[in-house]
Amino acid sequence: MVAPAMPKSWYVPSKPHKFCPGCGHGITLKALGEAIDELDIQNKVVFGCDIGCSLLAWNFFACDSTQTHHGRTTPVMVGIKRARPELICVGYMGDGGGYSIGSQHLLNSAVRNEKITVILINNTNYGMTGGQMAPTTLPGQITETTPYGRDVEVTGYPTKGPEFIAEITPENAYVARATVSKYKQLKRFIKNALRNQEQGNGFSFVEVLSTCPTNWRTSAEQTWHFLEDKMEKYFPIGELKNPLGKGEK
Amino acid sequence: MQKVVGDPRKAFITGNEAVAWAALAAKAEIMFGYPITPQNEVMHYWTRLAPKYNRKFLQTEDELSAGFTTCGAIQAGKKAFTATAGPGNVLMQEPFGMAEAMRLPLLAVIQQRGGPSSGTVVYSQQEVTLTTFGGNGEGHRIVYSTSSHQEIFDYVIKGFNTAWKYRFPVFVLGDGYQAKMREPLEMYDPEDRGIEMVKPYALVGLDGRIGETREPQHLCNIYSLEEELYEVVLKIAGDYDAMTPEVVEYEEKECEDADIIVVSHGVVSRAADDAVKILRSQGIKAGYFRPITLRPFPQKQLREALAKSGAGKILIAESSYGQLERLTKQELYGETVPIKSLLMPGVGIVDSDIVNKVKSIM
Repeated sequence: MVAPAMPKSWYVPSKPHKFCPGCGHGITLKALGEAIDELDIQNKVVFGCDIGCSLLAWNFFACDSTQTHHGRTTPVMVGIKRARPELICVGYMGDGGGYSIGSQHLLNSAVRNEKITVILINNTNYGMTGGQMAPTTLPGQITETTPYGRDVEVTGYPTKGPEFIAEITPENAYVARATVSKYKQLKRFIKNALRNQEQGNGFSFVEVLSTCPTNWRTSAEQTWHFLEDKMEKYFPIGELKNPLGKGEK
Repeated sequence: MQKVVGDPRKAFITGNEAVAWAALAAKAEIMFGYPITPQNEVMHYWTRLAPKYNRKFLQTEDELSAGFTTCGAIQAGKKAFTATAGPGNVLMQEPFGMAEAMRLPLLAVIQQRGGPSSGTVVYSQQEVTLTTFGGNGEGHRIVYSTSSHQEIFDYVIKGFNTAWKYRFPVFVLGDGYQAKMREPLEMYDPEDRGIEMVKPYALVGLDGRIGETREPQHLCNIYSLEEELYEVVLKIAGDYDAMTPEVVEYEEKECEDADIIVVSHGVVSRAADDAVKILRSQGIKAGYFRPITLRPFPQKQLREALAKSGAGKILIAESSYGQLERLTKQELYGETVPIKSLLMPGVGIVDSDIVNKVKSIM
């Protein structure tokens, strides 16, 4: 059997990976792997993953990796970076970890302009725990804890992470929202977020719109429809801050 | 690394200041902290001193972050520490659990304040249970309960070494009195006293080219199978039990012929020490036993003290409502000696409190 082409920075013994069929994590991690390869930073990346589905990436890369509690990846990465500024620290988490239980860490790390990269998967629900409402669940969306649809009068509106991070960071921060439906752009944004850290500029953040057919209970076609026609309409794609260039809308 | 304390020198300083000096002398490289009384001055002194010795500090957004950044810096190979108290100690149980699970040599100074909840900012011994057995684990940690500023200085230095040698989280358990009082002590450079400081090393961000000269490090604290976790916890427990005889510490006085042994820890043991002297001068054969390590507990040594003295009673004196008492009772399971207690949660205990209590139960 011929193995499919994989980024050099992927850890082959942990493949095939453990994400569900149709999940967007694999696409994102491929983009991250290729970006690491192209920047030739494999030996100085420390990859940190959270609790939730992101945890399944704990041995995904042939890069030094660590894993911590729900929401706490950001401070662990901050601790590593503060201790060893020459390392490239990449925190990988979901919308629950970043915007809910760990929101104080994300917000304050952004305010302090910590020189780390955070990649956050927005799939509008808590995947690992079985599909509960996330901060990013769309108005009216059905989840296990909003079985009649998310009522914004009761639970508020979806969190727009890149928008609030762009507001509280200085100009040398990098802030973008990508989607797994536009792979080349996704990889470009992730690469920019890594380069921005490598250049010692500031906090670098990419939210990635992703898919969760298991918990959405959607077919392939319905999954793509939800991503492109619902999520991408609600959460605008583009670079909100790019100190490396003009920024892509 | 630049020497912090040259020739040994006498100082008259607060316990919090002693922590900062000891951490510098122990070659700690970075502190993460969040304000809470009564530990604030640890940060105040550290932030003033650290830049002069090329050390670092970060004030984080909360105690969760202070604990987890400390874990991260340790994984990156730096001698890192934090300090907290009360509700901050509650929040830090989460990162302390990570340190326990991943065998991270984290050092935390706990300056106990009154509880429950916000309690007081003053003093107590009510964080014994939390510090020894907090978290969703098995209490695989080392807890030194200090009773003087000299001990704060000594045990912060020793604590870093114990942590990095055995790779268990280490706690130096003080209290608001020790934190805020001034008291004379002698500061020294550990290496001038023949104390070799254990060198830290990194778990991530290692040298070498991955796939060529080394394999990638994949650190993890969650397991898919019950059996995997079972093996991990048994290994930790085995290492902890093997380490116990090497780290356990206690202090014992006048127990050979004692009719009653007063058991206390931390600053209360100073009152107990005085009380035993007073009682002896009045013809009452009292003895003194103090666990210095509350985890692991000097179980064997306390049982031996009981056996050789033939004491007919134990009195436990503490500034909490029975936290040391519960710990001692579980460690003395099977002994039949009656255990009495003087429980004064959140307030100080002086010698006369103990003298009067002993007389009332003899």
